[in-house]
Amino acid sequence: MSIDLSQFYEVFIDESFEGLETMESELLNLSPGDVDSEIINNIFRAAHSIKGGSGTFGFNAIANFTHVIETLLDEIRNGERELAANHVDLMLKSIDCLRNMLRSIQNNDEQESQEANTLRVQFEAILEQKNTTDDSNTSNSDAVATQPESNGVASKQTKIQITNFFEIKFNPESHVFKTGNEPLFIFEDLAEHGELSVEANIKGIPELDNLVADDCYLGWTINLDTTSDEETVKSVFEWVEDDAEIEIKLVAQFEDEIEVESELDEIEASKHEPSLTESSTSVDLASATPATTPESLPTDNSKQNDSATSDPVKAEFRPVQKASTDNKKEPTKQESSSIRVGTDKVDSLINMVGELVITQAMLNELGEDEQIDHAKLLALREGLAQLAHNTRDLQENVMRIRMLPISFVFSRFPRLVRDISQKLDKKVDLVLKGEGTELDKTVMEKISDPMVHLIRNSLDHGLETTPERLAAGKSEAGKVILNAYHQGGNIIIEIIDDGRGLNTEKIRSKAIENGLITEESVLSNQEINELIFKPGFSTADEVSDISGRGVGMDVVKRNINALNGTVEVVSEPNKGSTFTIRLPLTLAILDGQLVKVGNHIYIIPLVSIVESLQIDMSKVNSVGGGMDVLRLRDDYIPILRMHQLFNHPEACQKLQGGLLVVVESDNEKVGLLVDELLAQQQFVIKSLEENYKKVDGISGATILGSGSVSLIIDISSVVKMAGLKRAGHVGLDFDKPLSEAV
Amino acid sequence: MNEVLSTSQLGNDDNVDLVQYLTFMMDDEEYGIEILSVQEIRGWESMTSIPNSEEYVKGVINLRGTVVPVVDLRIRFNLSKFDYNELTVIIIVKVMIDKKTKIMGIVVDAVSDVYNIEKQKAKKAPDIGDSETKNYIEGLINVGDKMVVLLDLEKVLLI
Repeated sequence: MSIDLSQFYEVFIDESFEGLETMESELLNLSPGDVDSEIINNIFRAAHSIKGGSGTFGFNAIANFTHVIETLLDEIRNGERELAANHVDLMLKSIDCLRNMLRSIQNNDEQESQEANTLRVQFEAILEQKNTTDDSNTSNSDAVATQPESNGVASKQTKIQITNFFEIKFNPESHVFKTGNEPLFIFEDLAEHGELSVEANIKGIPELDNLVADDCYLGWTINLDTTSDEETVKSVFEWVEDDAEIEIKLVAQFEDEIEVESELDEIEASKHEPSLTESSTSVDLASATPATTPESLPTDNSKQNDSATSDPVKAEFRPVQKASTDNKKEPTKQESSSIRVGTDKVDSLINMVGELVITQAMLNELGEDEQIDHAKLLALREGLAQLAHNTRDLQENVMRIRMLPISFVFSRFPRLVRDISQKLDKKVDLVLKGEGTELDKTVMEKISDPMVHLIRNSLDHGLETTPERLAAGKSEAGKVILNAYHQGGNIIIEIIDDGRGLNTEKIRSKAIENGLITEESVLSNQEINELIFKPGFSTADEVSDISGRGVGMDVVKRNINALNGTVEVVSEPNKGSTFTIRLPLTLAILDGQLVKVGNHIYIIPLVSIVESLQIDMSKVNSVGGGMDVLRLRDDYIPILRMHQLFNHPEACQKLQGGLLVVVESDNEKVGLLVDELLAQQQFVIKSLEENYKKVDGISGATILGSGSVSLIIDISSVVKMAGLKRAGHVGLDFDKPLSEAV
Repeated sequence: MNEVLSTSQLGNDDNVDLVQYLTFMMDDEEYGIEILSVQEIRGWESMTSIPNSEEYVKGVINLRGTVVPVVDLRIRFNLSKFDYNELTVIIIVKVMIDKKTKIMGIVVDAVSDVYNIEKQKAKKAPDIGDSETKNYIEGLINVGDKMVVLLDLEKVLLI
C-alpha cells in the first residue's frame, strides 16, 4: 500500500509557513539574557513540527536544517546555554532561509541551498563551542549531543567507519494503525540506513473469529547493519514511541577502513564541506563570537582532509549549488489558494443553511395549496420575510469566510521595523493596535506592499536620528503606531509616527523644481502635503536603499486606488505624520452611483465621485479641439460626454442644464456628462472579462435588483479614452496634461 | 431521428466517430454545433449593450448571476438582419477560447433538431465565397436530403 503523499504537500507548506511566522514573532519577543521558557517552548514546538513534517514528506534538506535549530533551542530550553543576541539573529536568518526552501518546494525544485548550509555550519559552530568547552553537559541531553557527535563521526570517517549491528524489538500496541502509523513505512525508513532483516512474531494472532480487522497483533524483531548511530535509528521510531514497545540493542560494532564515497554517510558528510570551505570566513563574521575559531578548527582541518579524498562527490555537488543560487535570485511569489476558516464561522454557516432549508420547506408547503386565503397569504408573507432575512445573513456570513484579521499583515512588520531600524541606527518602538480587525483576504494580499512602503518611509524620513530627537526634547526611541479599525463599510489603517513631520517648505520647493506647481501657486499646508503623492516626487536628500528611489508615494497611492481605496496624510511639524489608508472591506462589493446615459444604466464607483452638479453654461469654456472645460472654484474641469465616449447617440447632448458628475482618478478631476442620476447602493461586482473580454471604460459588471446587467464605469480608463481621442491636445491648466495621464 | 441507424453502426464498427449535433435555422439554412458544448436554450430577452462593441455583440445577459455576452450569428455571418420574434432563441454554449472556458450566448432564428453525425463524412467547405465566414465552417454534411453546415464554435466566438 502506498499513499501519494504529494497531495498533502500544500497543507504541509501552509502549516510550515504558519509555523515560521510563529517562530518569527516569538523570536522578536525574546530578549537575550531574560529567557521566557514559554516563548522558547513555542518556538521549539513550531520548529519541531516543521522538522517532523518535512521528514515525513522526505524534504530532508529542511528536516536536517531544522534539526540544528531545534538542537540549539533545546539547549536553551534546558538552561544549558544562555541565549545570546547572535542566536536570535541567526535564527531569524534561518527562518528566511527556510521560507525560501519551502518556496522552492512549492516550485518543485527542492535543493539543498547554499544559504542553508552556511547557516547550518554557523549553528554547528555554536553548538560545537559548547560541547568542547563543557563536556560534562553533553550527557544531560541526548538530542543535544547527537548532532555534533554524529558530525564528528562523519568527519572522522575518512579513516575509520563504524558499522553497528542493532537488534530491535518492535512490539506495537494493537491500536497502532488507528494512530495513522504503518510499520511497513518504518521498515522502509530503516532499510535506508543499512541492511535490514525483519522477522515477524505471529504468536499474538488470535483465532479468526476473535480477530479485529484493524488491530495490530504482530510484533517484529529487526536486525539492522548500519553505519548510523543509535540515535538516528531511534529517530525512525519517533512517531510510534508512545504506541509501542521499542527495544534497541547494540549487538556488535565493527570498525572498518573505509572506501571513499561508498557509503551514504560519507556523502552526507562531504555535503557540508564545500560550503564550509567557501564560507568559513562568513562563519567568523556572522556569528561574531570570538570563540568560534580555536574549537572549530580541528573539524575544519579534518574536513579539508576529507575534501582531498572525496573529490568526485564534491564535483557532483557543485551544480546543485549553482542551481540553488539561481533560484534564490528569483523567489517566485507564493500564491496560496487555500484559506483557513475558523470552525465557528463554518458552524454558523451550517446553522444558517439549516434555517434556510426549513424556510424553503415552509414556503413549499404554502405554495402547494390550491387556494390561498387571507391567513395563508399572511403566512406566505412572513415566510418570504424570513427568507429575505436568512439570505441576508447567509450572504454576510459567506463574506465573513474570506475575512481574516489584519494581524496576518501586521505580523510581518515587527521584523521589518527591527531590520530597518538596525540599518538606520534609530531606536524605534512599534505599536500595533486593532490587530483583530478583519478584512477580505484579497484586499489583505494587496495592501501589504503599500504598507511596507509607508512604514519604511516613516522610519527613514519621518523619524529623526537619536541625537536629533534628544535635541528636540523627544524620547530617545521613536514611535510608530499601526492602527486598524472599521468605519462604515471601510477599514481604516493608520500609520502614525512621532517624527519630524513633513517639511512643507521643502516639498513646495521640490514641487516647483519638478514643475508640479508654479512659484505663484497658493496652496494650504494640507494641499502641499498631498503633493507627495504626485508621480516622481522624492525629497530624500540622499537616495537610500530603504526608501527614496523616486518611485514612491505615487505608486502607493495608485495601488491603493486600484483597490478602490484612498490614502491621505496629515502632518504637523515636529509632532509627526499620520498616513490614513481607507479601504473597502471587500473587493467583491462596491458602493456605487447609478447613472443613466441615454437608455443605458451605468454605475460610477462612489469612492471616485467628488461631487455632482448641474452645468451652468456661463462657467463653461471651449478650449478648442472639441474640449469643453468647466470652471469649478479654482479648478478647470474637462467635460467628458459619456454618450460620445460610449456611443449612445440617443442620449441628451446639450451641456446647458446637463448633469455633471465630477470624479477624480489619478489626481485628475474630470466631469462626466450624464442624463440622470439614479439611486446609490451596494453592488456585487461580477467579471465581464470572464466570458467576454476587457472593454475600454468598463471595469466590470453587476446585476441590478431587476435582474438585468449593468456595467461599472472605470474612471481612469474613461479618462484614458478621452485622452486618446484628443491626442496632442495640451495646454490645460492641469498639474499634468490629460494625454500624459495615459 | 437516426437512432436506429446510429446504434447499428456503433455495433458494427467502433471506429465510427458518431457525434451528436444540435442544429438550428438561420435564413433557411441549417447549422449544427456539437451538442456537448450546449448548456441551455433560452428565449429572446432584452440585454445590456456594451459600449463600442462590434455590431454582432448584442450585449450581456444575467445567467443566474453570471454575466454572459450574446453574439447575433446572423450579423456575425453577414446575413440579412431579421427582427427577433417568439421563435428567436439564445443558445448558451461553453467554449474554450484562449485556453479559458467561456460561457457565451448565440442568437439564432430557431432551434431545429439533433442528429448523430459521422464526422469523417463531413466535406470541407468549398473554397469560394466569403472567406471570413468560411473560416467558421468545420464541414458540410448531408442528413437525409438536407445539407447541414457544421460550425467551429471556437472560431465563431473568437471575438
